[in-house]
Amino acid sequence: MLSSKSDLFLQPALIVSALVLGIGSLCLGQYPLALSDVFHQLIHFSHPEGMASQIVWSVRLPRVLIALLAGGALGLCGATLQGVFHNPLVDPHIIGVTSGSAFGGALAILLGLTPVMMMGSTFAFGLTALVLVYAIAALQGRENALILILSGIILSGFFAALVSLIQYQADTEETLPNIVFWLLGSFATANWHKVAMLAIPMTLVTALLFQLRWRINLLSLNDKDARALGVRVVPLRRTVLVCCAILVAAQVAVSGSIAWVGLVIPHLARLLVGVDHRRLLPASFWLGGCFMIVVDDLARTLTQAEIPLGIITALLGAPLFTFLLIRSSRKARQ
Amino acid sequence: MTSATLNIQQLRYGHKEALFEPLTFRCQRGEIWAVLGRNGLGKSTLLDTLSGVLKPLGGSFSSEGGVGIVAQHFHLPFPYTVRDVVLMGRARHVGLFSLPGRRDARRVSGALEQLNIGHLAAQTFTSLSGGQQQLVMIARALVTASQTLLLDEPCSALDLANQQVVLQLISDLAHRQNRCVVFSTHDPVHAQQVATHTLLLLPEGKWLAGETDAVLTEENMHRAYGLPLRRVSLEESSASCLVPLFTIEK
Repeated sequence: MLSSKSDLFLQPALIVSALVLGIGSLCLGQYPLALSDVFHQLIHFSHPEGMASQIVWSVRLPRVLIALLAGGALGLCGATLQGVFHNPLVDPHIIGVTSGSAFGGALAILLGLTPVMMMGSTFAFGLTALVLVYAIAALQGRENALILILSGIILSGFFAALVSLIQYQADTEETLPNIVFWLLGSFATANWHKVAMLAIPMTLVTALLFQLRWRINLLSLNDKDARALGVRVVPLRRTVLVCCAILVAAQVAVSGSIAWVGLVIPHLARLLVGVDHRRLLPASFWLGGCFMIVVDDLARTLTQAEIPLGIITALLGAPLFTFLLIRSSRKARQ
Repeated sequence: MTSATLNIQQLRYGHKEALFEPLTFRCQRGEIWAVLGRNGLGKSTLLDTLSGVLKPLGGSFSSEGGVGIVAQHFHLPFPYTVRDVVLMGRARHVGLFSLPGRRDARRVSGALEQLNIGHLAAQTFTSLSGGQQQLVMIARALVTASQTLLLDEPCSALDLANQQVVLQLISDLAHRQNRCVVFSTHDPVHAQQVATHTLLLLPEGKWLAGETDAVLTEENMHRAYGLPLRRVSLEESSASCLVPLFTIEK
């Protein structure tokens, strides 16, 4: 763990890294641009003529922004959920929202709905999944972290089966590839409309979670302990879970389901700033954003065709997580 | 009559059914109450009820100036620093959308200094010994600024030297800081050494409450634990000691 002096320096450093990576990423792609061109276009945005301007303003900038926001959402959501569920192995999939959203999106593609309706469907089914998680918990008459996790696993499995059913039913020529590509995650269809779709709910929810970040420390205690300290655990946890569900649903709606980021980024962030959620939540947000920008750069530059994001996050995430596990168990043994 | 910090009237408590005949007793500032009784009778459940974690089944209790509790077991899922752990005790005093401020940090430092563990502030809680962890949790209860402190078997995991430290602390909290302290224990000697009053939980829902010497008689202890105890007075100690006579067949 690092001292509080370097903490002061770390958060701005992460924000600057995200900015630098973001601007750098505007140069990369099938049509490489020099850094000076990119700056020129960014400063003279009032003349939207020419190839470079089109590429920067209509293609790459919205794409980089979506990558930053989606990665940030997943990092923030992962760190929050790991805290709320007292468990460092939790990731955003655990509350069933990812699967629910994936079903909503796949259903929309199958039915040939418009992009806006597809996003609506993704969002609606994601939140439905969370409501069902709470309904299952309510049927059991208790509402603790373990019950919610188990209910989330049930819902995840159920919606995953529905997604498979849709894939099985889909036309193999056109619809199925679309569904599969969307499920693996991609920012290829990024546009300003999607940036707004992601940014508006995210700003509200992120601001709320940011204000509650010290309370996440309290929620990470066991329920009894937190209640004895005067924390109203149930309403607070519900609020936080709804925030996380909105983040995940919005992220899946614009970019498909992306695994690993929500699990690995909080661990990496803990290594940098420690376990206190006051510092962990912002660090996870910016680190997630940086990671996703890099992943997307790889996705669009490694080969001629786009590689789905889910493949790259898994290929990077698995060894990174292994490294973190080995490091922490070595540290524990010392 | 002076107002009690903890006023328990006809209290019925338990998870589903009331564990005891309705409880009535009052704890004043400066008093130390020991709670004794066999395993599983409901000592922890009583403290959970008084701390607000469990709802009472009937009757009422009121506390003036808030109640803080030190649980018997504590597990942290993340390696928080001692300072962060103690700071969590300020939850009631920090607004929902706010962060703890300088005043809260000063209270934390003050509590750690008071327990002579200021040097542990930056260490992770999980790296501490059981005795040190116990002191940290007491510090956390202190920063809640509650008039009544409940301690659930505070000495159960401690060696004799640390028991001395914690019992002295209990005494200071009540006598020097004029708080009301309630602690549960399995050792009648702890009650006799520091507790001004004792609540003795008996089988079949009965209970006795009153001044420690009046409650902890050989006869009452026999009723509570089902084995004979003898009261021994030692020249060195003002309090007498109850010694259990275990019957071991060989």
